[in-house]
Amino acid sequence: MNMSRLTLIAAVSAAFLAGCASGVKLDDKPAPVESRTPTTAGGGTGGSTSGSPSSKVASVDLTKGAVANELAKVVYFDYDSFVVKDEFRPVVEAQAKVLSADRSKKLSIEGHTDERGGSEYNLALGQKRAESVAKALKLLGVNDGQVEAVSFGKERPAVQGSDEAAWAKNRRAELNNR
Amino acid sequence: MLMNRRSFAAASGLALAGPALGQFRVEISGVGATQVPIAIARFRDEDKTTQSLSTIIRADLERSGVFRNVEANQVLDEAAQPQMNEWRSRSADALVGGSVTRLADGRFDVRFKLWDVVKGKPLGGESNATMPADLRVAAHRIADVVYEKLTGDKGVFSTRIAYVTRSGKRYALRVDFADGLGGESVLNSNEPIISPAWSPDGQELAYVSFEDQKAIVFAQDVASGKRRKIASFRGSNSAPSWSPDGQSLVVTLSRDGGSQLYIVGRNGENPRRITNSQSIDTEGVFSPDGRFIYFVSDRSGGPQVYRVPVAGGAPERVSFTGSYNISPALSPDGRYLAYISRQNGAFKLYVSELSRPGAPQAITDSTDDESPSFAPNGKLIIYATRADGRDTLMTTTLDGKIKAKLESRFPDVREPVWGPFAR
Repeated sequence: MNMSRLTLIAAVSAAFLAGCASGVKLDDKPAPVESRTPTTAGGGTGGSTSGSPSSKVASVDLTKGAVANELAKVVYFDYDSFVVKDEFRPVVEAQAKVLSADRSKKLSIEGHTDERGGSEYNLALGQKRAESVAKALKLLGVNDGQVEAVSFGKERPAVQGSDEAAWAKNRRAELNNR
Repeated sequence: MLMNRRSFAAASGLALAGPALGQFRVEISGVGATQVPIAIARFRDEDKTTQSLSTIIRADLERSGVFRNVEANQVLDEAAQPQMNEWRSRSADALVGGSVTRLADGRFDVRFKLWDVVKGKPLGGESNATMPADLRVAAHRIADVVYEKLTGDKGVFSTRIAYVTRSGKRYALRVDFADGLGGESVLNSNEPIISPAWSPDGQELAYVSFEDQKAIVFAQDVASGKRRKIASFRGSNSAPSWSPDGQSLVVTLSRDGGSQLYIVGRNGENPRRITNSQSIDTEGVFSPDGRFIYFVSDRSGGPQVYRVPVAGGAPERVSFTGSYNISPALSPDGRYLAYISRQNGAFKLYVSELSRPGAPQAITDSTDDESPSFAPNGKLIIYATRADGRDTLMTTTLDGKIKAKLESRFPDVREPVWGPFAR
């Protein structure tokens, strides 16, 4: 996707602001740092433009914890693929910035697949997706010890259903604070 | 022979009413199956106990696909002198009768006799003092003896199966007898459980639990419930399968990146990596002689079945038909390989004879088959499939001609594994 730099900044800022305001369903409980609780992000989060670019440019302080929780947390994948598509690069970049700024912060990257196929092979496929995101984060400066890539395979779908619309929403990696 | 299902059920005397929590219903879907017609009479005084032994025996033998039940709606005990002409005229080749007598100490003396109607003589019988709680097992053991005397093969009716049930967001790992009844859940969880695996002595189950928000391999003693972590390394730990001597397991670990096979001790010690690829290597299972591990690898593009020598050496590919072959299971004699193959988008159970190359055939008509597992006598396979929008367990003969479906009170039942013969 070709975007001019200004449009990209505006789009990312709009996405952050949109995440605060409406449409994107986020877990409304703050994730405790110690325990590992499951969080599910709703659909449609990502670096894609979810609002019209504003002529104002707002400053978002990524070092504040409350805002960090509202970062986009999901990367979606094509069938049989574990490649992080360009449209989700901003998700990875934003998380990488947070983790690079605070080395005590840790992420659990949970890979998932759609329901088709065997449980164990899908567990391995989900693992590849999680590791793909972990690798992208580490290339952006995140320490190896700050991320753990795990997989749920097809065992924890975000959306029930046996059509492509549901499957597309289940092929994902979730970036959860831990 | 083709049979109308309703008349078949009626003729076999299956108890379809009553609080049956899970029962196999048999579907004979192939012509030309030759079956032994057998009459199982009601046991004297079985109606004075909590279990109808003759009903259990009848259902067991029918489910094996080897027997066809002949109506015998009468009581016949082991001391009787049955009129063979009468039973021949009813087209029975074999006859079973028995009794259940309460003993002074509260146990029951369970007796049975098996007659060869064709030859007109008794074939055997037994008497066993039985605790009331073990009456179901006693019936299954009688079915095993009858099966073995008439076929020469060991029966599997008193063996156990383990499987996972899901009810909403509750998961359970259950252990039942091979008829799907008489057991209980050994693990209840709010998180998924997958990949159960029986230890060779039938005392333990290994499985994968997501209770810690990642895949971790546990082993659990079935009798005591005592559990221990076998593999809890960084990333995902899954696909446990025991070595034939019970001293080690093959597991899939992502601790070094990707999914690779490792052998660990029975307490998870000394992980030794045995595959070395950049691809997905998973679903390892030991061959019955312990020399090979069969597994799934997508090193050639899509997932295929391979095997690697346990002592070391290069993996060799075993499956060649189609682009997606997973979930290998070996028969106890090592001759047959069951697996799941995706063909035109459908996931189907295949059985191939390892010594005979050639195009393997699907043995089911369903499209969502998973997790095949052989019975310890090698004559049946249990697997999971989807029917009427629900996950269901089925057993099938190796040629696919005779199938039985487990009717369960749980909305979804999955991941069946057949336990070993009791020692």
